[in-house]
Amino acid sequence: MKYKLTILFSALVVLGLVLTACGPKPEPAPAPAPEETEAPAATEAPVAEAVEPAKEIVFFNWSEYIDPEIYTLFEDETGIKVVEDNFSSNEEMLAKLQGGATGYALIVPSDYTVSIMKDEGMLAKLDHANIPNLGNLAEQFQNVPYDPGNEYCVPYQWGTTGIGYLDSEVDEPTSWAVFFDPDPTAPYYGRMTMLDDAREAFAAALVYLGYDINTTDEAQLEEAKELLIKAKAALAGYDSDIFEDLIASGENLMAHGWNGDFLVAQEENENVAYTIPQEGGVVWVDNVCIPISATPEQKAAGEMFIDFLLRPDIGAMLSDYNWYATPNAAAEANLDEEFLNDPAVYPPAEVLAKLQYIEPVGEAEAIYQRLWDEVKSAPTP
Amino acid sequence: MQRLFARYPALRAWLLLLPAATWLFIFFIAPLFIVLVYSFLERGTYGGVVWQFSLENFRRTFDSLYFSTFLRSFYIAAVTTFICLLLGFPLAYYISTRPPQRRSTLILALMIPFWTNFLIRTYAWLTLLRTNTGLINVSLMSLGIIDKPLPLFGNDFAIILGLVYGWLPDMVLPIYATLERLDTSLLEAASDLYASSSKVFRRVIWPLSLPGVVAGSMLVFIPSLGAFVTPAILGGGKSLMIGNIISNQFLAAHDWPFGSALSFVMMAVMLLATLIYFRSTTSEERMQP
Repeated sequence: MKYKLTILFSALVVLGLVLTACGPKPEPAPAPAPEETEAPAATEAPVAEAVEPAKEIVFFNWSEYIDPEIYTLFEDETGIKVVEDNFSSNEEMLAKLQGGATGYALIVPSDYTVSIMKDEGMLAKLDHANIPNLGNLAEQFQNVPYDPGNEYCVPYQWGTTGIGYLDSEVDEPTSWAVFFDPDPTAPYYGRMTMLDDAREAFAAALVYLGYDINTTDEAQLEEAKELLIKAKAALAGYDSDIFEDLIASGENLMAHGWNGDFLVAQEENENVAYTIPQEGGVVWVDNVCIPISATPEQKAAGEMFIDFLLRPDIGAMLSDYNWYATPNAAAEANLDEEFLNDPAVYPPAEVLAKLQYIEPVGEAEAIYQRLWDEVKSAPTP
Repeated sequence: MQRLFARYPALRAWLLLLPAATWLFIFFIAPLFIVLVYSFLERGTYGGVVWQFSLENFRRTFDSLYFSTFLRSFYIAAVTTFICLLLGFPLAYYISTRPPQRRSTLILALMIPFWTNFLIRTYAWLTLLRTNTGLINVSLMSLGIIDKPLPLFGNDFAIILGLVYGWLPDMVLPIYATLERLDTSLLEAASDLYASSSKVFRRVIWPLSLPGVVAGSMLVFIPSLGAFVTPAILGGGKSLMIGNIISNQFLAAHDWPFGSALSFVMMAVMLLATLIYFRSTTSEERMQP
């Protein structure tokens, strides 16, 4: 009898705990949450009091975008461990943070996504006192239009979106027509991929049509949608993650993608090449930022890591690994002439003139996304 | 306490139920309720919701575009279930008729693939199915059996193959469970009464295994209908199922309310399908003498 009672009693205690845990929260009797008091202070102005940096931070980054050796060097120097988590589109990263994901100390949004996140109040202001290497950035990257004066972000790498192809099998594509006016007899027909990314895919179609890639004109977007559906017949699929590997292995012969990825794939297959079609393409800058959800400790460690990335030797390590152009002027001294003179990395002025930035389109974002749904759900023509 | 229980016998049952009920409430009912509320709101431009009542999301669900994706998903799930049944029933029957020692070995063999992550197993198919560098096409071409690669990847065939592969054990196990308990004396009795072996199957084995068949079909049909990993990987992202559309609303399109509405319509459709299926199979059972 006594035994039974004990069990019953302990069950009740557990139940009570569960119920209080899920019931309406009592007044926060314990000390006020540190984030609430300190975070706004940290974002408004550099605080004098030093925050103990976190011992471990999570870096939310695109895949294969950083030499893992950099983490080791950073940990050796500072004792801070960096753990990486990956996303494959700006929208995915944004959605995860909007959905309440916390714990990330650093994120890598592209230019237009920085504007969006800034407007949505999702980014923490950087404390420049903790980033003395900021001056290593080339001048144009110290004053990027989406974030003048590097208030919220520090450019990480920059690159272009064009077409990668297998040199040994197909001729250099000079026009986006390879996608949008596909020739069923061409060897690359059915062996191409496009980025699984609404804004990038629409940018390619809009550039081909000669329109502004940030248009909000529904008729123009509708026209671009029709082209994207037409292109489906020639596609093996949509891919933003391994498009370059599929070219290097010979599975596909052409892919819509980002320059550095193709250049890295050259190590596997020297016949992989990259070009920007005559109509033009997209130029972009990826940036390291700190989300507002980061704790002051995570933010302090994050700023240390940003500063570390801006070092000339580390900046060069980044480009050596991911083959994207560096915004870090001081790092250039540590990079090969061959890399700095590669037109696929640093496009010549006349090509650069034909490239456009993707910009936030506000309310029209819903139109882009709806039309992209239509493209992806449409039966293959 | 004892006296309390004696007076209110139901109290004990309720108390015992409470932990599970609390769990279900926090992790199932409450999130489901949030999804329901969201489905009646308007989208925020870049994710989140605007607190403005709207029925637009549900109206959009019936746009021909999404509706046809629904139908396609239904078709793919139905074909998958049918193929699983076709492959799974004989397998389950075979296993259940082996000596007990061998049965457990065979069941274990059936379970082994489960030890590897589903995503990895799906990617493994990719190496086999790829159009130009996949093992199957490369082998057949180098043997001179075909001169053009077969379209094995990026289409409904690949999706259905992946789904059948993934869910086959879910069909086999429940059927096996019913067949294993089958009283063999019933089969002998049927034979003694001059039933042919096909008649024994139709009139004895099949009706008695129906509960397993129904359970197995449900276990295959429901996850297949909502699949999104398999179509994304083996379909090359070119052939979408409704699960992909829903995940896109949250991860790419910033349209949480529409994603919520789609989820709800899908749940309603599944519930309806389940009810109809149960109704039809149980009445069939009743018809048996």
